[in-house]
Amino acid sequence: MKNKYFITDFVKFSKQLKTADVDAIQTELKEEYKALAVQYPKFHKMDLLSKLGFIATELLQKKVNFPSDTALIFQNNASSLVTDIQHQKSIQEKDAYFPSPSIFVYTLPNIVMGEIAIRHQLQSENTFFISENFQADLIKNYTQSLLDTKKASASISGWIDLNTEGYNVFLAFISEKGTLPFTTENLQHKFTA
Amino acid sequence: MSDLREELKYKIIEQLNLEDISVDEIENNDELFGDEIGLDSIDALELIVLLEKDYGIKLSDPKKGKEVFYSVETLATFIENNR
Amino acid sequence: MDEVFITDDQIISPLGFSSEENVKNLRNEVSGIQEISDPDLAPFSFFGAKINRENVAEEFNAIGPLSKYTYLEQLMILAIDKLLKKNTETDFSNTLLVVSTTKGNIDLLKSLGDFPEKRVKLYELARAIQHFFQFKNEPLVVSNACVSGALAVGVAKKMLQQKKYKNAIVVAGDLLSEFVLSGFNSFQALDDKICKPYSKNRNGINLGEAAAAVLIKKQSTKKNAIKILGEASVNDANHISGPSRTGEGLVKSVEKALLEAKISSEKIDFISAHGTATLFNDEMEAIAFHRLGLSRKPLHSLKAYYGHTLGASALLETIITKHSLTQNELYKSLGFSENGVSKALNIIENPKKQDLQIALKTASGFGGCNYAIIFEKKSV
Repeated sequence: MKNKYFITDFVKFSKQLKTADVDAIQTELKEEYKALAVQYPKFHKMDLLSKLGFIATELLQKKVNFPSDTALIFQNNASSLVTDIQHQKSIQEKDAYFPSPSIFVYTLPNIVMGEIAIRHQLQSENTFFISENFQADLIKNYTQSLLDTKKASASISGWIDLNTEGYNVFLAFISEKGTLPFTTENLQHKFTA
Repeated sequence: MSDLREELKYKIIEQLNLEDISVDEIENNDELFGDEIGLDSIDALELIVLLEKDYGIKLSDPKKGKEVFYSVETLATFIENNR
Repeated sequence: MDEVFITDDQIISPLGFSSEENVKNLRNEVSGIQEISDPDLAPFSFFGAKINRENVAEEFNAIGPLSKYTYLEQLMILAIDKLLKKNTETDFSNTLLVVSTTKGNIDLLKSLGDFPEKRVKLYELARAIQHFFQFKNEPLVVSNACVSGALAVGVAKKMLQQKKYKNAIVVAGDLLSEFVLSGFNSFQALDDKICKPYSKNRNGINLGEAAAAVLIKKQSTKKNAIKILGEASVNDANHISGPSRTGEGLVKSVEKALLEAKISSEKIDFISAHGTATLFNDEMEAIAFHRLGLSRKPLHSLKAYYGHTLGASALLETIITKHSLTQNELYKSLGFSENGVSKALNIIENPKKQDLQIALKTASGFGGCNYAIIFEKKSV
């Protein structure tokens, strides 16, 4: 069967700090947000993983339009660990037990997909996978399956990982438009390059 | 007495990450969950935590939140009457 | 597209260490939820469903070294081990392991014990299970809030249809942890008694813990297998913690699942719903099922038996759905009294025998996710 899907476009950015510094990441993402020049006060309420997803999809949307059935197929290594640690700190000491609902709600990796869905009004398929490293074959096959069965007409698929020492984001827009064929090799190549 | 109101405005902005709003922009009687400030259900839950953590007041009936959190004024009055 | 079946299953829960024992307890309307006072879990007493740790240790000791596996891994391994003992012919070279969990070994954040720090990573949990059984293929981990357990079945189905694998084992599990309890308590979402899905006096959820496993195959020789007819997930795109007031995402996910199943909604014989017993979730479901023309279909929530077992719940409930279909038996929606949703549903108030062919399982969760999956009993 002829492959009729393409990696229409993608965004990719990463940061690796020398030591754990969540505050530095926080400050930096705030700058990135300002640079986008969009008004979205909810951004400031998001956890870091959601902020990364927000920024990535804002950048991606400058290049492509997302149909409302654009699937979100994400994967990462650390799940929501940075926020998990924050929540754990709020309950670790018995005499300072003040869990925060606005932190707890972000202790799931798929919340970033929810934030993106709200921002771009995507009533669509969502799946969040966890693995040590980016599994291009899984992301390719799973996305392809959704497109082939018409459960989505396009997909934002890729890797969005955050730990206390940095982050790595690679989100590709897959659709019937483009020139770079949507294959495992091309996806892996764009991720690594 | 008005100090508490100023303090609450500061804390609300800080705790609820309302980056785009400053203390002077919140009037004592502004509707917190209306269009001006635009808080949502998670913010309401966060305010329950704030009450307990900073003022030692446990909102025993969360359904009361709607009246208590109506504005900075109602919140301040509630704190004054309960601490 | 190849047909895909769930051929066998196992449950490890407070209601027993086999699917049969669990079904027996549902038939007898036994709840696994009780009042728990345990300072290691919460500085308040609560109603929850907990598995007896000594029983797990005793059973696990017979198959592996306790100290090498976390508590959740033990539960998941036990579920798979029991499953494989009934399916010894399973060829590991073409079997895929899919793990569903929301928080995995999150209890390690509080205290690591003898485990390395990285064991809190979900893929490390999956690897521990893989190594225990010496599965050949790299496991997949699905972590998508409360829809994970059923979504993982859909993931397995898609991967099998892509021809690389012949079988999949889907295992799902989550613990009743201090981490999750504290969070839901801060959400004011815990009922202070056993939860009451769809009832007027419902007041929130109970949390629970469980592990469940299913064997999924492209061919089925087993008599009690069920076929996956269709499945879909649709995000509400509305709010990250509150369900859509209109049930939009759930409606669309059921419509898409029906489309794939190539059946109309009339064909559905009963619904295994999410029914967490929060005010907003149950109301949202009632509106969605009404919009779908499914209000009169017999429906239950199993949350008053098990509590909400998060990443395990939708798989656990899928397994009970399978037993409903194959036994022609509807289990009672425990905890229901007076209707408390704006669009009345046909809640199963008493267990009954009825001819059943097709069932719908739904789930919804934080992040605005919704999932629907439709099963048909294999004709014998």
